[in-house]
Amino acid sequence: MTVRALALGAGGVFLLVVSLALAITVGPADIRVADVWSVAASHLGLGSTDLTPIRDGIVWQLRLPRTLLAAVCGAGLAVCGAVMQSLLRNPLADPFVLGVSSGASTGAVLVVVLGVGGGAVSLSAGAFLGALVSFALVLLLSHTLGGTTDRVVLAGVAAMQLFSALTSFVVLTSADAETTRGVLFWLLGSLSGAGWTDVWLCLAVLAVALVVCLSYARTLDAFAFGQDAAAALGVSVARTRLVLLCVTALLTAALVSSAGAIGFVGLVLPHAARALAGPGHARLLPVTALAGAVFLVWVDTLARTALDPQEVPVGVVTSLIGVPAFVAVLYRTRRVR
Amino acid sequence: MSRVRTRAGEPVEVAGLRADRVSRRADGRLILDGVVLAPQTGSTVGVLGPNGSGKSTLLRLLAGLLTPTAGVVTLDGTPLGDLPRRTVARRLAVVEQQADTQVELTVVDVVRLGRVPHRRAWTPGTADDERAVRAALERTGLADRAGQPWHTLSGGERQRVQIARALAQEPRELLLDEPTNHLDIHHQLDLLALVTGLPVTTVVALHDLNLAAMYCDRVVVLSAGRVVASGDPGDVLTEELIAEVYGVRAAVSREGPERRPHVRFLGTLA
Repeated sequence: MTVRALALGAGGVFLLVVSLALAITVGPADIRVADVWSVAASHLGLGSTDLTPIRDGIVWQLRLPRTLLAAVCGAGLAVCGAVMQSLLRNPLADPFVLGVSSGASTGAVLVVVLGVGGGAVSLSAGAFLGALVSFALVLLLSHTLGGTTDRVVLAGVAAMQLFSALTSFVVLTSADAETTRGVLFWLLGSLSGAGWTDVWLCLAVLAVALVVCLSYARTLDAFAFGQDAAAALGVSVARTRLVLLCVTALLTAALVSSAGAIGFVGLVLPHAARALAGPGHARLLPVTALAGAVFLVWVDTLARTALDPQEVPVGVVTSLIGVPAFVAVLYRTRRVR
Repeated sequence: MSRVRTRAGEPVEVAGLRADRVSRRADGRLILDGVVLAPQTGSTVGVLGPNGSGKSTLLRLLAGLLTPTAGVVTLDGTPLGDLPRRTVARRLAVVEQQADTQVELTVVDVVRLGRVPHRRAWTPGTADDERAVRAALERTGLADRAGQPWHTLSGGERQRVQIARALAQEPRELLLDEPTNHLDIHHQLDLLALVTGLPVTTVVALHDLNLAAMYCDRVVVLSAGRVVASGDPGDVLTEELIAEVYGVRAAVSREGPERRPHVRFLGTLA
């Protein structure tokens, strides 16, 4: 069993590294895997590259940060989804169930369309603030409504509707066609603006969130039969819920402010990972992270090349691919009664 | 120091789980009113009473899942509220009326949950953990079904797995809230025989008076949150008490070697 876990982990990491290298070579400019390594090595001070500055720039300034951000976003969203589904005991829960993404959209739209903040606040910062406001509202609302897990989900759905309506209202009443197009692209999720700052920021938040979630792995297992059962197994339910909700909300907020609301990864990948790794969270969470990372790297590669030179928002592709994959996973794990 | 007085005034040892004049008020309504419960070590105590009499609330108070509004539940003399939840969970296990999950678990996965209070984060399971899980599976006769998926089990088998999970906690006290609901008669008898044969102190809420009479060393009868009778099932389960508490006409006979009471219901009281 442990051997299988190690094989799964090693295989996953290997697959991720190969995916990163291969995905960077896809597209115009004819870049080979060896070029990717040499560019990375030269920028890390481990050698030199004979690529032209333009092609070096394509790898180092465009494709590498973009691909890395795809991996980080995929991993983060998938882990958030897995934690939410276990914590809220709801297979439909995803990172956006706490209203974080719709809050982020409203924040971003307020900055971009209405110029709130007078240029001092960037789109990402606006999105991040919007996400936190929305999450605070959901926490407050669910606490007022009784604090049980179904109330958290319902408060999240309510917040999601409210902020989506606000976003649509602002866009429809105040934005011109050009801005609307830009905002829409961001709302659907896009990694096209990825830079190294985004990568480092999201990676740091992801690392912290992963460590926290993994330290709660056994506690999450105990939620299988509900909160009372968890409490009877010695879990302090209220503290666990608060810590994990805050950590996942922060991670989601960071990811959404960098890449927009990329849907479906957080909903589908955990189910696929469960089919691979089983129900124990100590193994499930790392596998979910790796699966999410590999998945989004390839989906984003598809999104930027399929209709070349036109780019498709990555969120559209995740859903187009995700829905059939979701159905396939559910079909495979269906219960024969 | 290690003695408390019951309402009747006689001192008792405080070893094990004790409820001392516990009350619970919710939404201005008194659900439990000054209940005293002091199960003898290793015995099986049945908690009886009609729907809404406070059986489940009493069990939740005993498990530390609810806090009493008055009175105190103690474990070896220490109030439950002063003990870390993990410490309580290593001493005391709970089996609910009906447990279900959306997660795809096997029998052994569920039983392993019983080791959660014994394990620390970031550490793999120890040999002790595996030994406790194996022992719990053996004891409940599930050793050859460890790999079976939870969702393919019948209601009786699921309760058996939950008892195995509770045993994997290696508790000294076991609390069961109407564990035989939804089970057929074979599984009801089977489950209670298993539970009463365990070397732990057991408090079990039951609906069925005859099951209580067959398997409990003592019974406590609740009505509207108060204890109206407690003691040996043979002394407690009388036609008068059943009429008063349940509003039901019954004939109680005492046959068989142990002279345990048998209740035959005749109809409701007009």
